[in-house]
Amino acid sequence: MTTAPPAPAAGGGAVLRAVARAVPMPAGAGMARMLVERNARVYRRGWLLLVSGFVEPVFYLFSLGVGLGALVGDVDAGGVLVSYAMFVAPAMLASSAMNGAVYDSTFNVFFKLKYARLYDSVLATPLGPRDVAVGEIAWAQLRGGLYAVMFMVVMAASGLLRSWWALLALPAATLVGLAFAAVGMAATTWMRSWQDFDLLNLVVLPMFLFSATFFPLSTYPEGLQPVVRVLPLYHAVELVRGLCLGLPDVSMLGHVAYLLVLGTGGVVVAARRLDRLLLS
Amino acid sequence: MTTTGTAGTAGAGTTVRTVRAGGTVPGRAAGAGRALEFWARTYRRTWRGSVVSGVLSPLLYLGSLGFGLGTLVDTGASGGVGVPYVLFVAPGVLAANAMQAGVGEATWPVMGAIKWQRQYHAMLATPLAVVDVLLGHLTFIVLRLLAVSVVFGVVGALLGAFTSWWTVGAVLVATLCGAAYAAPVMAFAAAQENDQGFAYLFRFVLVPTFLFAGTFYPVDQLPAAIRPVAWVTPLWHATQACRDLALGSPDLAAVGAHCAYLALWVAVGVVAARVVYRRRLVR
Amino acid sequence: MDADDREVLISARGLTKRFDDFTAVDGIDVEVRRGEAFGFLGPNGAGKSSTMRMVGCVSPPSGGELRILGHDPRTSGPQIRARLGVVPQRDTLDEELTVAENLVVYARYFGISRKAAHAKAAELLEFAQLAERAGSRVEPLSGGMKRRLTIARSLVNDPEILLLDEPTTGLDPQARHVLWDRLFRLKRQGVTLVLTTHYMDEAEQLCDRLVVMDAGRIVAEGSPRSLIEEHSSREVLELRFPDDDNAPWAGPVTAGAGALAERVEVLPDRLLVYTPDGDAAVQAVHAAGLRPSSVLVRRSTLEDVFLHLTGRLLVD
Repeated sequence: MTTAPPAPAAGGGAVLRAVARAVPMPAGAGMARMLVERNARVYRRGWLLLVSGFVEPVFYLFSLGVGLGALVGDVDAGGVLVSYAMFVAPAMLASSAMNGAVYDSTFNVFFKLKYARLYDSVLATPLGPRDVAVGEIAWAQLRGGLYAVMFMVVMAASGLLRSWWALLALPAATLVGLAFAAVGMAATTWMRSWQDFDLLNLVVLPMFLFSATFFPLSTYPEGLQPVVRVLPLYHAVELVRGLCLGLPDVSMLGHVAYLLVLGTGGVVVAARRLDRLLLS
Repeated sequence: MTTTGTAGTAGAGTTVRTVRAGGTVPGRAAGAGRALEFWARTYRRTWRGSVVSGVLSPLLYLGSLGFGLGTLVDTGASGGVGVPYVLFVAPGVLAANAMQAGVGEATWPVMGAIKWQRQYHAMLATPLAVVDVLLGHLTFIVLRLLAVSVVFGVVGALLGAFTSWWTVGAVLVATLCGAAYAAPVMAFAAAQENDQGFAYLFRFVLVPTFLFAGTFYPVDQLPAAIRPVAWVTPLWHATQACRDLALGSPDLAAVGAHCAYLALWVAVGVVAARVVYRRRLVR
Repeated sequence: MDADDREVLISARGLTKRFDDFTAVDGIDVEVRRGEAFGFLGPNGAGKSSTMRMVGCVSPPSGGELRILGHDPRTSGPQIRARLGVVPQRDTLDEELTVAENLVVYARYFGISRKAAHAKAAELLEFAQLAERAGSRVEPLSGGMKRRLTIARSLVNDPEILLLDEPTTGLDPQARHVLWDRLFRLKRQGVTLVLTTHYMDEAEQLCDRLVVMDAGRIVAEGSPRSLIEEHSSREVLELRFPDDDNAPWAGPVTAGAGALAERVEVLPDRLLVYTPDGDAAVQAVHAAGLRPSSVLVRRSTLEDVFLHLTGRLLVD
């Protein structure tokens, strides 16, 4: 027994700490970054798996954009006719941000919570439930951000970006990820077994397929259009698509506000629930 | 000074031999049947999930791409695919869904039966042999694929996406397609030490196959260089056969050839799985 | 105990834990001092693990007072946990990391610098006899190795108190003895040990002082020796008779042993005679004309105390 007593390591993570303090959660030591470090270490051996996570939306983009694009022809995106690939690419960016965030904050967290019992050991250290929530969401953001950058590089290389406004699609995709990660984590705290994840799919899949992702809102039957407009992914897709196509518009503020409310609500609920779940 | 009697040892006087039951060694089919019964029993508790993933998700794809995007394709610049797009895409989704269900059933459940819940080991502690365990599980998977495909076929027909009685044949071909994926994937799954390999399988094999093997548009739409890759996949053969059947005037010789190709994958898969299962479970 | 002037590290007064309408811990009073090895004994469901979780600051008490290292766990969880080491009942090792990484990452959770964490990990791998497996994955390790790694992990922050929840359950005899040896060494270094167990030999080996819990309450307290003296006889005589049923012999044995039998217990396969002098009791039984088919005289153990206090009913 020789080494020094624990002293909080200096440097780094100031932003995370600030976020951690701002979030209304009890019980935490402000060391969420240690959990991020842990996750990063795990993926040192599986980096190919981590990095290749961005290929799925790319496959969708080429399958639909190239293969189906020729059959579909040009599409009306808010008054402008664009190629189908150009129409569908931003939707893939937004929905992959959603899918990644939901996957990370549900399956991964549930596995660590119930099976690996990772958090049981984490909570025996100074870290608290707040650190767990902030750490996992932050990790999901880093990973999602990486995918978004890579996907946008593919878009740019394929000539699917029309304007410098597209640069803002990156923070927009991050916001989408944050909102869905928070809601996903809140949902996970209610999950009892893997069977419950089928209900999750029941929410995520229809949203992926019916949020004006693959075809414009005007194609939907009149009666369905208001329903589509309520879906969170619809706002995400519209926001990202508007930016990628260089068609900024005041309605975007509405989309941003919608996603912010969703994310904040999710974080508050997740924090309360995690507290009760982990400190029983 | 006291004398204490012990009610605490209740149960010590009872015996587990009051009910007579002896073990018997099964023949091949009976052995697989016993293993199948196990899976069928546990399925009673988990069927809800397969309804969502096996039935609702293909219907959602059909609704979104067939009916939604279909309106754009049918009125599109190139004049569509010769038939209403929804009729074109429905058999493709039927086959692709069976593939996904087959792979899903042959991955985590197989690893779980080896590693986590260890059902295979429990079965092998009885007179069942490795082949019984394998065939029992595969039979259960095929029955589930059949159920999922039948339901999708019926609902699709009610929605007007299937219009011919030949669709019955398409349902059977789709089930065969699912088995053509399930059997080799069982071999793959049983050889894995952890489930990381599944992530690669889904990401680099399953998703691209789903997207590029002719489910949503004719493979001719793709660059010539990657068409041969699509032709090798069992899914491409299954979508061709299913589409040919579901559209009502099939070329039965071609359908037969496609089915033979699928059956070959099943056979190779079973042989490979038998080798891997032996190596993994009996040592 | 009052004469003990060592610092009190854990003190509980009327400590209670309720889950909905189930009371797991029902108003217990406990005091643990620096350098002690303190044990919680009891059958499954007695409330040992709930107590440990409250002391580990991951389960807020429902009532009573609890102070650990001078802090209130309700408000100072992170501060307390920074000075505790926890060995949970089930290993919660991080299977996605290697053996060494488990230690390093865990040290990082305590805010220990990377450099210090690596040095500490190397030291603890030696201590836990796992240095050769440093780069190995956790999953293929044997149960004993995993347990040693869990204990090593609980030591990364040089804890003042080590909480061990059934540290050797499920291990083979060799692995248990290796673990006990490691725990002895820690005790000699002045680490305060708090452990739960239902192995009586473990309690006798490791604990200076222990409490027996049953149904959420403390039913006895003291050193292993004093508990045996107080709640059992010095020796136990085990008698078997040729018949299937031993119960009819209880009366004659009780009469035959006379004053030498403090208590006679009837088990399905034998009779237990609690006695200050086993050999004398055997002679008395023989003198009374009884001919048991087997006779065993042994010293009374903590197990006898335990079964006497908590009963032989199977608790699940």
